[in-house]
Amino acid sequence: MVQSARCWYRDGGDALIRREIDGLTLLYHRPSGITHIADSPVPEILDALTRDPQPLEAIITRLAHVFDLPDGSDTRGLEQHLEGLVALGLVRVTV
Amino acid sequence: MRHAITLGIGPARFRVGSAWEQSIAALRTLYADYPAPPDGIADFTVRLDPAGPGRRWWRPSITIAGDHMLPDAAPMALRHGLLAAEMGMNLQMALGWRRHLLIHASSVERDGRALVMTGESGSGKSTLAAMLGERGWRFMGDEFALIDLVTGAVHPFPRLVSLKNDAVAVMRSEVPDPARFGPLMEATPKGDIVHLVPPPEAIARMAEPARPALLLFPRFGFTPEVRSVGKGEAFMRLTQASTNYVALGEAGFDALHRFVDRVPALALDYPDSAAAIEAVERIWADLP
Repeated sequence: MVQSARCWYRDGGDALIRREIDGLTLLYHRPSGITHIADSPVPEILDALTRDPQPLEAIITRLAHVFDLPDGSDTRGLEQHLEGLVALGLVRVTV
Repeated sequence: MRHAITLGIGPARFRVGSAWEQSIAALRTLYADYPAPPDGIADFTVRLDPAGPGRRWWRPSITIAGDHMLPDAAPMALRHGLLAAEMGMNLQMALGWRRHLLIHASSVERDGRALVMTGESGSGKSTLAAMLGERGWRFMGDEFALIDLVTGAVHPFPRLVSLKNDAVAVMRSEVPDPARFGPLMEATPKGDIVHLVPPPEAIARMAEPARPALLLFPRFGFTPEVRSVGKGEAFMRLTQASTNYVALGEAGFDALHRFVDRVPALALDYPDSAAAIEAVERIWADLP
């Protein structure tokens, strides 16, 4: 199996303002001025990212520390989520 | 501009100019009880220009112009000049106001607490606010609720109430004073329109904000039903109902989050005005 060579990271500091309402998460992205309304697992994925780029496997490991993920969790599903967040400008990826 | 008037409505000031005397005269009559800005300085200018060369006299028609304009707006007939002036002022607010989060909503106040009603055109929010304004509530506005970016209070914007079609007869039966009604403008782009001067108290207290206590999403023409609206849904719908949410950036985000977090939201379906008034009073009485 070919491992993804790409690494994922988030903007530092307070680039993203988060507010919880009724189980949803409001995200205000300061660099773009765009508001997002997010549901699980987006906030959890954002929490698992750091300012330092990490490979997919490391992000899965971090998520597994917090949540009860089964062994061999769905890396493809996580990658799709991350790609969606990159498209929204909320997550960055190395090329 | 050949003819002009300066108007203060809530915190906003407008200078409305026109090539025609009658449009300004109508504004002067209907806004007679509004205090004039003492220094005459305006936030926005609205111009009612002739739609083309000679159109001041020949089949006179109006182009709405001003600080903020819609490029493809169709000209309006001179007999609808009062509506054009009101649309011009609304346009300036919608596109240019930055001092408050601006929600496309009506609002009324009782005991220092505000009821904010938002919904699509035809939801009845304007008529409901006008009716409540005649029944013991302070009318604060039928078009825009201005949310204070620091305190979260609702500031009034009690311009003339724009009554459309069936709402005209409803309000004629509510308001005995014919002097509070403007001329009937038939077959405008928005239907038959009559403007109503708000109650004297609404004008006298138009600088007085109120703390928001309830957000309603009324819907006219449906079987009576009240349902709770989640904060996420309320947030999303209010971003759509706000004309300056995006322009305000982080200040708008903070103000809107605070509003939906603190103010309970309900959807109210109603078949007629009487049912709506009764439901509003019942819901209000049950508020904590």
